[in-house]
Amino acid sequence: MVLIYIDHSEKEIKKSSHEAISYGAAIAKQLGCSAEALLLGTVNDDLTTLGKLGASKVHQLNNESLNNFDAKVHASLIATTASNLNAEVIVFAHNINGKAIAPSVAVKLDAGIVTGACSLPSLQNGFEVTKTVFSGKAFASIKIETPKKVIAINQNSFGIQNYDSSATIEEMNLPIPTASVKVTNVNKIIGEIPLTEANLVVSGGRGLKGPENWGILLDLAKALGAATACSRPVSDSDWRPHHEHVGQTGIQIAPNLYIAIGISGAIQHLAGVNRSKTIVVINKDPEAPFFKAADYGVVGDAFEVVPAFTAAILKMKHNE
Amino acid sequence: MNILVCISKTPDTTAKIAFTEGNTKFDENGVQWIINPYDEWYSLVRAIEIKEKDPTTNIHLITVGGPEAEPIIRKALALGGDEAIRVNSNSNDSYVIAQQIAAIAKQGAYDLIMTGKETIDYNSACIGSMLSAILDLPYVSLANHLEVNGNTATIQREIEGGEETNEVILPMIISCQKGMAEQRIPNMRGIMAARTKPLKVVDPVATNAHTSIKEFSLPPAKTGVKLIAPDQMEELVKLLKEEAKVI
Ligand SMILES: Cc1cc2nc3c(=O)[nH]c(=O)nc-3n(C[C@H](O)[C@H](O)[C@H](O)COP(=O)(O)OP(=O)(O)OC[C@H]3O[C@@H](n4cnc5c(N)ncnc54)[C@H](O)[C@@H]3O)c2cc1C
Ligand SMILES: Nc1ncnc2c1ncn2[C@@H]1O[C@H](COP(=O)(O)O)[C@@H](O)[C@H]1O
Repeated sequence: MVLIYIDHSEKEIKKSSHEAISYGAAIAKQLGCSAEALLLGTVNDDLTTLGKLGASKVHQLNNESLNNFDAKVHASLIATTASNLNAEVIVFAHNINGKAIAPSVAVKLDAGIVTGACSLPSLQNGFEVTKTVFSGKAFASIKIETPKKVIAINQNSFGIQNYDSSATIEEMNLPIPTASVKVTNVNKIIGEIPLTEANLVVSGGRGLKGPENWGILLDLAKALGAATACSRPVSDSDWRPHHEHVGQTGIQIAPNLYIAIGISGAIQHLAGVNRSKTIVVINKDPEAPFFKAADYGVVGDAFEVVPAFTAAILKMKHNE
Repeated sequence: MNILVCISKTPDTTAKIAFTEGNTKFDENGVQWIINPYDEWYSLVRAIEIKEKDPTTNIHLITVGGPEAEPIIRKALALGGDEAIRVNSNSNDSYVIAQQIAAIAKQGAYDLIMTGKETIDYNSACIGSMLSAILDLPYVSLANHLEVNGNTATIQREIEGGEETNEVILPMIISCQKGMAEQRIPNMRGIMAARTKPLKVVDPVATNAHTSIKEFSLPPAKTGVKLIAPDQMEELVKLLKEEAKVI
């Protein structure tokens, strides 16, 4: 059996977990077994609809206290459940919480783990999974040598599949370990699209000259419904908040569309964004290295190009 | 307070990524090695800041690696560690590495074990979480702020679209990222002092690897950029909609 861990926040299942369920269901199909999901805590989503993503059953530990994430507690409950259900493969989204618990679960189950997976396992020579390495600059095929396997799948690398079925819900009863982490404050940036979950990202670099010029970028992001990001010097100079910094030492993202405005395309920047499906570069210097990594490029002054781009998008949306 | 800081060695961020031996090994030819930026800039510097506030703090550094990791661990000592341990193993299996660090951690009474967010070569983001399971200690990952008061750590960690504040009773494990501290450059005094600081080399404990690397590959090169004139933005929108199908 393949067990998929469902991550949620604010009572909503994360998009990355939807992808993880479809990925787990595809592995279950390869192995000829069932795909079942595990939810710790409570959500507003209708759990039977997870069948559409490929889960035949949802095991739920229906306890509000688990809505606060505690890596030690969650890992322990997941490992116990996986043992009880005799799961062969345990799948996580390689997102913030997945990174915190999947390796713990692997240790507890004596399972080999591949994090940052980006394809289905190959079963030709044992069990091999391809993952991104060198911050997206290369791939490695990793063989898992143990009978049990843990895989954390990269966000936005396995499409959501549609199954015509619905999941049954099974409530579990497990003793909950004492919390080791007390959550004293949660500070969500209201109304903003979280960068790691975003399909569309508009990003700015030092070419925009100063924080006072970000209006044109924000207008473009708003027109598209995109999240915003920036290069490292921009966040280092406090023009933009730290959580927007993408790159080798910032956040790594893989949206469908990444629009880079006034960013030169240094190798450390590319390391955070080169898994994006489509890259648009707007830069006044035709020699900017970013053009080599781009799908579409505009050589021009951002202060003229960006407002025109925004206007063209609004016009397209208006005509839809 | 006793802190154990995990230090790993990674290729410089501009290193050419190439492979040898039938694409089974990373080509180390001409590669400059650095301390993994997350370990150096964020985790180690924060440990040093804690020691600057409370000089009774001990900072031990650990690296699991061959002799070629020594310049890296010396640099970490020059920045401010008190003593260092190198476990002489070249494994790149996260489970084996975590077992080595755990074996050392069990010998010292560490209040805080600090790691970086991930290594920039294998990007596993595994060690901290594995240590939590092996040592049965609380774990907070992707922390960008840490204060220690008596036996309580107050930590800010990243969550999707925001931040969360956590309180944890020590001992614990924490993985660090941007925001935690500012990059420092070792000064002459630090470099001189590092020469005489203790660096102990120990043999690895026996453990079986759970994984092995079979093959590396490089992503297909982009086919070339399509240039659109600055006054043709409607054309760009059309391409994104109809050709790339991303909006
Ligand atoms: C170890 C290490 C880790 C690093 N990690 C990261 C990381 O995670 N993320 C990151 O981003 N960087 C990182 N860097 C820094 C990186 O090397 C670059 O310095 C940085 O990405 C450059 O930022 P930038 O492109 O915004 O600025 P610049 O390199 O200054 O580029 C500005 C660009 O704007 C263009 N421009 C100027 N005016 C206009 C205009 N009016 N219209 C259009 N275009 C214009 C210019 O032609 C230029 O290409 C790291 C560096 C090191 C050494
Ligand atoms: N060989 C190693 N020796 C010591 N610490 C390591 C080693 N590998 C990884 N770490 C630590 O674990 C963190 C996460 O690494 P990883 O899980 O390999 O991505 C790194 O930032 C280091 O702090």
